[in-house]
Amino acid sequence: MKFGVIVFPGSNCDHDCFYVIKDVLKQQVQYIWHKGINLSGFDCILLPGGFSYGDYLRTGAIAKFSPVMKAIEDFAKKGKTVIGICNGFQILLEAGLLPGAMMRNKGLHFICKYVYLNTENNNTRFTSACKKNQVLKIPIAHNEGNYYIDQKGLEDLKKNKQIIFRYSNADGAISDEANPNGAIYNIAGIVNKQGNVLGMMPHPERSSEKELLSEDGFLIFKSMLTWLKQNK
Amino acid sequence: MLEAEVYVTLKKTVADPQGLTVKHALESLGYKDIEQVRMGKLVRMKLKSQDTQKAKKEVAEMCKKLLSNPIIEEYSFKITEA
Repeated sequence: MKFGVIVFPGSNCDHDCFYVIKDVLKQQVQYIWHKGINLSGFDCILLPGGFSYGDYLRTGAIAKFSPVMKAIEDFAKKGKTVIGICNGFQILLEAGLLPGAMMRNKGLHFICKYVYLNTENNNTRFTSACKKNQVLKIPIAHNEGNYYIDQKGLEDLKKNKQIIFRYSNADGAISDEANPNGAIYNIAGIVNKQGNVLGMMPHPERSSEKELLSEDGFLIFKSMLTWLKQNK
Repeated sequence: MLEAEVYVTLKKTVADPQGLTVKHALESLGYKDIEQVRMGKLVRMKLKSQDTQKAKKEVAEMCKKLLSNPIIEEYSFKITEA
């Protein structure tokens, strides 16, 4: 399978994603500069973390106008697999490929630490390798991870099972204490209605090998690969 | 030349932790009469156009497309002779 990692000016998790796909998942992978407009031949597109355009104005606000975003929109419309991690999630929100918006963390701090996620929906192409409600240990590193959506939007997310990951404690219990950034309903990751675009704040590429204290993030890469192979 | 001042703030229904923190800081300095603090952004632009009506239309577009995120923010602006 061929993966593409988008590189915006200011992306800084692109190399980590590239490494995990090439050396851990052992698949083909290529960097795509944000001015690229041709995504033919790719099976999956990854928008990595970082600080695209210095987070100026709002996180992801400038990146959404990069030429590659139109191509990603078309790619997503065809039902192909797109995953946005951290800044990648923020860009997908700004671009309207996922519903809602990201606000500054409730405590106003940049938070970089391992958190626990409850896998709310394992019936997706991104989580099929997880058990239902499996607790994943994956790190976050962000200043704007306070996910917001209005009440009607939240009800739609619940109804359509679009909420994939919620911040929890190590036992999977959801509480305010387990919520690092104030995200509504402890939301850490969602998919679009069609289920082919995932956005998540935690970094699976930083938790895909045992040397990094957790391999839980690798379940997401593994799930995607399984799905891509079955649906090639 | 015209000048546009665009104000972008979080919607009233959206919590503003930054504003709350600034309010607490001001209160700790002894300013006890503050009901609420809301933070926002100011964008000041010099426009080449002389046409106020056209400028109003364009600035409104800019606000919708880029300067604000309508999901969490609202905007207002004024256009004056520079």
